Amino acid sequence: MKVDQKVAIEHGLKKEEFDKICELLKRVPNIVELGIFSAMWNEHCSYKSSRLHLKKLPTKGKEVIQGPGENAGVINIGDDDAIVFKIESHNHPSFIEPYQGAATGVGGIMRDVFTMGARPIANLNSIHFGSTQHKKTKNLLRGVVRGIGGYGNCIGVPTIAGQTCFDESYNGNILVNAMTLGLVKKNKIFYSKAAGLNKPVIYVGSKTGRDGIHGASMASAIFDDKIEEKKPTVQVGDPFTEKLLLEACLELMAGDSIISIQDMGAAGLTSSSIEMASKGKLGIELNLNKVPCRETKMTPYEIMLSESQERMLIVLENGKEQLAKKIFDKWNLDFAVIGKTTNSKKIELYFDNEKVADIPVDTLVENSPMYDRKWKKSKLPKKNKIEKDKFKNLKITNVLSKILSNPNICNKDWIWQQYDHTVMGDTIQKPGGDAGVVRIHGTNKAVAASVDSSAVYCWAHPLTGGKQIVCESWRNLVSVGAKPIAITNCLNFGNPEKDENMGEFVECVQGLGEASKYLDFPVVSGNVSFYNETKDKGIKPTPSIGGVGLIKEYKKMVTLDLKKLNNIVLVIGKTEGHLDQSIFNRDILNQKNGPPPEINLFNEKNNGETLLNLMMNDLIKSAHDVSLGGIIVALAKMCIKGKKRNKIK
Amino acid sequence: MKSSVIIFPGSNCDRDMSVALTKFGFKNKMVWHNDNDLPESDLVVLPGGFSYGDYLRCGSIAGKSKIIDSVVKFAKSGGLVLGICNGFQILTETGLLPGVLQQNKYLKFICKNVFIKVNNKESKYFKNINKNILELHIAHNEGNFFCTNNELKSIEDNNQIAVSYCDEKGISNKESNPNGAIKNIAGILNKEKNILGMMPHPERMIDKYLSGEDGSIFFQNLIGNLK
Repeated sequence: MKVDQKVAIEHGLKKEEFDKICELLKRVPNIVELGIFSAMWNEHCSYKSSRLHLKKLPTKGKEVIQGPGENAGVINIGDDDAIVFKIESHNHPSFIEPYQGAATGVGGIMRDVFTMGARPIANLNSIHFGSTQHKKTKNLLRGVVRGIGGYGNCIGVPTIAGQTCFDESYNGNILVNAMTLGLVKKNKIFYSKAAGLNKPVIYVGSKTGRDGIHGASMASAIFDDKIEEKKPTVQVGDPFTEKLLLEACLELMAGDSIISIQDMGAAGLTSSSIEMASKGKLGIELNLNKVPCRETKMTPYEIMLSESQERMLIVLENGKEQLAKKIFDKWNLDFAVIGKTTNSKKIELYFDNEKVADIPVDTLVENSPMYDRKWKKSKLPKKNKIEKDKFKNLKITNVLSKILSNPNICNKDWIWQQYDHTVMGDTIQKPGGDAGVVRIHGTNKAVAASVDSSAVYCWAHPLTGGKQIVCESWRNLVSVGAKPIAITNCLNFGNPEKDENMGEFVECVQGLGEASKYLDFPVVSGNVSFYNETKDKGIKPTPSIGGVGLIKEYKKMVTLDLKKLNNIVLVIGKTEGHLDQSIFNRDILNQKNGPPPEINLFNEKNNGETLLNLMMNDLIKSAHDVSLGGIIVALAKMCIKGKKRNKIK
Repeated sequence: MKSSVIIFPGSNCDRDMSVALTKFGFKNKMVWHNDNDLPESDLVVLPGGFSYGDYLRCGSIAGKSKIIDSVVKFAKSGGLVLGICNGFQILTETGLLPGVLQQNKYLKFICKNVFIKVNNKESKYFKNINKNILELHIAHNEGNFFCTNNELKSIEDNNQIAVSYCDEKGISNKESNPNGAIKNIAGILNKEKNILGMMPHPERMIDKYLSGEDGSIFFQNLIGNLK
């Protein structure tokens, strides 16, 4: 097939980008090479619209062992233990095929974590759907929940927390963000950087099929009416194989055979091999005839771009091949030596004794496009006047029952009871609280994790909204008695080529950055999902924040249910009477404009630290963060969970 | 007391089970599905999980694995065999226990605390147990026990229903049945009462910081009966 501008554009590349490829290669790429460029240069893999802004996020901290740039972030939790964690989106595939989209989202993020040598100990998720009245919502919700459960339950990792939100802006673009935490010893962390010449490059896991080809490119495009035609770009998950892969990898990792390891996620063999070579400043040579294929007559193009799941690429120490093969044989997984590291700093691919691609690694990574896109600053909306007349005829009990039945507030037991949340036997706080908590097996420690978003606030004013979610994540962790350590973020936005959407992104990121810097709550990993837009309609800006904190003595963990009669209820923090963007204003008064509540980082930090102090002194029986629905909803939940009444003055 | 926990590819409660057994005094060994022989054991456990991905039918492939011959031999000679969740499914697939486990009535995976009542104290598993209603945890998609009328009659005649779902007060009815199991059956014994299969996971409820502690009662009682 002859490659020209038209073919390049069909691959999702822009005209200028194609020109740049030709200039970098000093020739026109062949079709395999073009496929590789399109996979590496798309938004999903290259972060070309976001890189510039993500650089501004605070990523360092006393407990940070590894910040962004690896498969996942790593933090120190004392005694040689470390937590590896990350959140990732699988939005586009989940809208096309909800079960497989969500399932492979969970599978992908778990692989990111165990690739680093960590055994996954907890899963979380943040899922957003369109209006409950929209015709697609029910089906999508059912599929996504089943998919998340189907994968996580089978692997045997508890799903300890999450959130499910509904808003009409997701009618045409649902969001599925999955997060995993893993536990590793500090001296047994594995990285993706290849090192050393002539080291064998090993392929392990499932066979390569024709599924998911161009998945990453699909995730970098907006949707139109023909979205159903994209079904073949969605990968199909096999949690059983992943479970075997997890056990086999951890078994191999217990020794010292692995130099570098990388999971084949978005853009499959292409991105995994290139990443290893790029980080190690090496070249990689692969013989594609050696790649285990599920289907016959697969072309080099298909092999390189397939996103078949449950596969890993490993650079081994010389002479360790037999030892490694024995382990993978035991677990009935494919194992093949498919190439070696070289000093060429190029990706060189062979198929049927012919060289089918020859690309300098830096052209795919360092020289990939980076855009400083135009963006529009948002103004802070004017506050609405509180008109007391409007409240006159409202009865508080009616309003409360209406608010409690809002799909964003109501009880979600029926969702999280479809996720195994107790396997591994260390879940000490289940979903339904402020954060999920799992013990570090065999120790007195526990980690708490929570995932939050507040799209309405981000939509009303991105800068404030960005700060708000970081604060909420912090507050949720504090509420269970955990010292917040670090966050991972999943930035779900509309089309970055539109000033307004790009503005939302830039300002949300700025807000995130300010809050996480102030709270000493750095960002250690994350991902960006742009182009959440269907037929010109984008989603509300929805950064999801996954926060992780440490409880040094798990017996001091706090839950939100009221415990005893006659205990005193305190509100910490000043109640300003802000109503704009509250559920009350939006749902009851139908007033959807106005600014989100202001954030005062000083107070946030002060209040949180004070509360933690009180908890460590065993003075707090129950705690709950006041968020959606305000104090009355917070109190109602504490009463319902504790089966107690409450008298408020 | 010596116990063995079999690991099939896809088992995922093997470690939890081993932790629980060890906590209550068993000397536990893990046994790989591809081994031929069982180590010397007073109790053999088939743990929960998704053996072989639950492909084809839950437990069916595991029911044909290499180690199973030894497990069957051990069981037939009167050895104690306990199957939890997927382990229960495997036991029905091997024919050591009657009946089948179908998909839950409402077609959803269910993970929550339930109450079960002990119907039969003849077995080593429940003899002398000091609590008749236990709060345990279930986590399954296929726990809906079903059998033919003849099988049911034989199960009942031989007093093989070990535990059945109920509410806090011990009432077994439709409301207290989480998965549609016939007669609210949560666990059954073989005729000889040395093989127990049950859906609830006692190994997940072994200290007060977890979802509950009634699993401890089960294990303490079991090891007490074996001594």
